[in-house]
Amino acid sequence: MKLAISISGNKLESAFDPRFGRAAAFCLVDSETGEWTAHENPALSASGGAGVQAAQFIAKLGAQVVISGAYGPNAFDTLSPAGIEMYLAPTGETLTAADVLALFKAGKLNKAAAATHAGHHEGHR
Amino acid sequence: MRIVVASGKGGTGKTTVAASLALTAGDSVRFMDCDVEAPNAALFLNPVLDTRKEVGIQLPVVDEALCTHCGKCAEVCEFHAIAVIGKKILVFPELCHGCGSCTLVCPEKAISERLDVMGVLESGSTASGVDFARGVMNVGEPMAVPIIRELKKWSPARPFEIEIRDAPPGASCPVVETMRGADFALLVTEPTPFGLHDLKQVVGIARELGIPAGVVINRDGIGDNAVEAYCAEAGLPILLRIPMERRFAEGIAQGRTLVEIQPEYRKHFSAILSEIIKHTQGAPS
Repeated sequence: MKLAISISGNKLESAFDPRFGRAAAFCLVDSETGEWTAHENPALSASGGAGVQAAQFIAKLGAQVVISGAYGPNAFDTLSPAGIEMYLAPTGETLTAADVLALFKAGKLNKAAAATHAGHHEGHR
Repeated sequence: MRIVVASGKGGTGKTTVAASLALTAGDSVRFMDCDVEAPNAALFLNPVLDTRKEVGIQLPVVDEALCTHCGKCAEVCEFHAIAVIGKKILVFPELCHGCGSCTLVCPEKAISERLDVMGVLESGSTASGVDFARGVMNVGEPMAVPIIRELKKWSPARPFEIEIRDAPPGASCPVVETMRGADFALLVTEPTPFGLHDLKQVVGIARELGIPAGVVINRDGIGDNAVEAYCAEAGLPILLRIPMERRFAEGIAQGRTLVEIQPEYRKHFSAILSEIIKHTQGAPS
């Protein structure tokens, strides 16, 4: 299974980035083989719609699971129909992507059942 | 000739200046209240608003039967308002700016558009014969620019010689849109650090857009001399100074314009118009 973890660097030892749409990068890990690759997040400097763009990027990477610290409504609404499961890792502590992967494998992470916060675009039509 | 009255800082007297300018500019004037988030010029000019039009942006509507999920629409969308995920297509109306790029690039012609109403345009005439128009954005809408754009495009009731645009406060997109296409920017400020800071921002926009500008200092006598020094340094003519006087504040609170509170101001505003005409000679009207 392929997992995407939001990270702030380009290694498995890089710090976990609790933001989804504005994460610096994503670490794509194969949970069976342990092979991983790092991918810069194209949505990092988007003027808007970062969640939507990052979600499409994750889908294109072929991830079945994503682990981040929060998901906005647009990110949630884009990842859900893509069939990508969203997991939440703790945001208060300093973790590396490897730590997050270990927590996931140990079954210690919860799934996000809905967007974790309101959007950054007020006044929805 | 199109004159835009802007300020940067809110509450410096844009509408006070714009309304008095309109009442001084003769009988061939079009007034546009472009502060669509809080239009208030009607309180001073009292037009009879008898024409109304709903406006907004065109949102994409995708015909799922025609869509091949090629993803070209999502690629072209600068705002990520349309996404293709596998065999699903998602539209995020609150991200859409209504630019129409997705509709244009769709090779299957699967995208049509529907008007998403964001506000109204209203127009009518004032007792003194000013052709008045304004935009009013619906409460809760996030984007003012599309309404301002539609207001600027709205055909006037009759031909006019002078158009006066009352700009929104600030120095962001709605102000840029209001200023775009104007022949002269009349910048109203006050001699305070706030007034100066925001004046500089709007001067920056005017220069970027290539619009000549002049300054009105309102509440003259308060604050310091920094605005004056900046204007001298930046080569900005100070076209009028309105002193800080209680009777002006009282009159404005009663919905009266400066030229009604003190009729001598007519000649000051006429002088401003002559100066502006001098500055813009050769510019297309």
